[in-house]
Amino acid sequence: VSDAGGSHDAGRPDDARARQTARHAAGPDDAPGRPAAGEADRVQAPFARRVLPVMANEPLGAYRVLRLADPGAPAPEPGQFAMLAAFEHWGAGEDERPYLPRAFSIARVRRGEAHYLIEDVGPGSRRLCELAPGDSVWSLGPLGRGFAPPRERRRAILAGGGAGVAPLAILQDALLVNAPHDLPARGDPPGGPAWPPGEAPTVLLGFRDAARARGATLLDDAQIATDDGSVGHHGRVTDLLARELERDAHATVYACGPAAMLEAVRALCAARAVPAQLALEAGMACGFGACFGCVVPTRDGYARVCVDGPVLDAAQLERVA
Amino acid sequence: VNVRFCGLELAHPIVNASGTFDALAAARAFGAQLRERFPFAAFVSKTITLRPRAGNPPPRLWETPAGLINSIGLPNRGLDGYIEHDLPALAALLDGLQPWVIEDRRMGDLGVGGAPLHPPPPPRPFVPLITNVMGSTAAEIATLLERCQQRPEIAAVELNVSCPNVNTGLDIGADPAQLEAVVREVRPRLTKPLIVKLTPNTADVAACAQAAQDGGADAVSLINTLRAMALAPADPAGGPRRPWLGGGSGGLSGPAIRAVALAQVQAVARRVSIPIVGMGGVQSGAHARDLLDVGATLVAVGTESFRDPAAGARIAWELAEL
Repeated sequence: VSDAGGSHDAGRPDDARARQTARHAAGPDDAPGRPAAGEADRVQAPFARRVLPVMANEPLGAYRVLRLADPGAPAPEPGQFAMLAAFEHWGAGEDERPYLPRAFSIARVRRGEAHYLIEDVGPGSRRLCELAPGDSVWSLGPLGRGFAPPRERRRAILAGGGAGVAPLAILQDALLVNAPHDLPARGDPPGGPAWPPGEAPTVLLGFRDAARARGATLLDDAQIATDDGSVGHHGRVTDLLARELERDAHATVYACGPAAMLEAVRALCAARAVPAQLALEAGMACGFGACFGCVVPTRDGYARVCVDGPVLDAAQLERVA
Repeated sequence: VNVRFCGLELAHPIVNASGTFDALAAARAFGAQLRERFPFAAFVSKTITLRPRAGNPPPRLWETPAGLINSIGLPNRGLDGYIEHDLPALAALLDGLQPWVIEDRRMGDLGVGGAPLHPPPPPRPFVPLITNVMGSTAAEIATLLERCQQRPEIAAVELNVSCPNVNTGLDIGADPAQLEAVVREVRPRLTKPLIVKLTPNTADVAACAQAAQDGGADAVSLINTLRAMALAPADPAGGPRRPWLGGGSGGLSGPAIRAVALAQVQAVARRVSIPIVGMGGVQSGAHARDLLDVGATLVAVGTESFRDPAAGARIAWELAEL
């Protein structure tokens, strides 16, 4: 549920060669590893919350990177999320909150540890920011539908804003796993359909200020924009995106960030007939379709961000509100 | 541990509160494990109305001290959509299920999957389907009950009476005389058990329970959510404060309402002789025990399932161990 109390908030170790073999074995180019009809359309979560030890919780500019040991979990797809709550002292904080768990995109899985990018915006995220090694976290996941591989040999452009850069890190890992490129993936191979070999993605990230722009270090080779001009381009990440699409529009755009940014990305891509996949944020109570609280309007009526998303095809949306 | 409720044989006394667990969505999220470990002894559907409803505009949720206000607005496919699409899928999901009771609330310590079943699986069918319906007139409710009567997949019907009367604007379930008249009028359409889900937003819930019993209900369930609201942050440009929820107001649930639920269930149990499904803020076996000890036959788990999808199984196990 909304952590701001107002606005919306919101693997396995292997050597690279073994990963490559495994990915290629999963299927050939076009839509490799896509589930057959009747099979699951996502990596599914175990039907139980897990108690996971905190391995680290380190500051990254204005954010923290929370690392939880989760070696037995299914490898998540890029874009999937987990519902997190501190094992102890969840509740009875300021205003007797938090009460419900909070949804966080899985930023990366590395050596069996799941990484989350947390910004202190309310009682739930504040409590998670306090945790230290020795503490534990309730985790339910991976949940939701993630990003799908690009089609028609389109190049991938990743556009992120603020804490929304998190799912783009694991997405970059997925895109690099089979890319004939010098850049090594920083995380374990993701689950779900195998990602076809392609060039390394273009990464465009926007932040409010320099402290938040430190979040860009979760990804490699990022072009940065800041609202205050303290780092990189002085302006919006969508300025960078417009420039990239001007240069070469044979692309698929993968975006995550605040609603206003996603709406700008949607409009830019729609005007140029560029396919876009948007990872949405919404206040959520459960994360698995039980509460019907996290809906967004789509062309087919309301969709639940938690089970129908969080990644939606931009074409499904009239606009991002 | 088996419980008899309105002629149904249940593996344990824990069911879900209507609208707090979507078994079909959970099957998408959790796959086969949901079938292997179904957390409730009977499954109660979300509310079905005669015509489809989109639900309320977002935002639909607001976290409170130890609770949640929701303003979901009963989205559903409508009676035809439910019968054609959801019912076959639900029946397939629930067919042959054995309710699962986990061994330890700290699943992470045990690893996933090693938990033994408790109690031993009873013979099929294990998880009966209770369909929750709501109508704004007796005629609408009669149609809903008739269609449920025709479907063998449905074991019982729960009638949500927290619906404004189209003529008076008052909730049907808030006025004992009106409630009794409606239940009496629709009762002949259903030979299956009829559970009336009472509203707590009334002057005298025991009088409403009595009215439901007099009208012919086989059981009552309570409490539904308490009417509540939250304000959006002040507009810096000034002007009156607006409600946060898209629907204006909503219903409060969670541990914040547990003590209210206990008092209302006790008041109802002292008044009626039909069985009671008690609910409201239940998070543990001890909370369920409280409701049973003041007269409930079954206990429903609602908001706690949002925090822990297997909460029903955990609570059933804790209850058995008390």
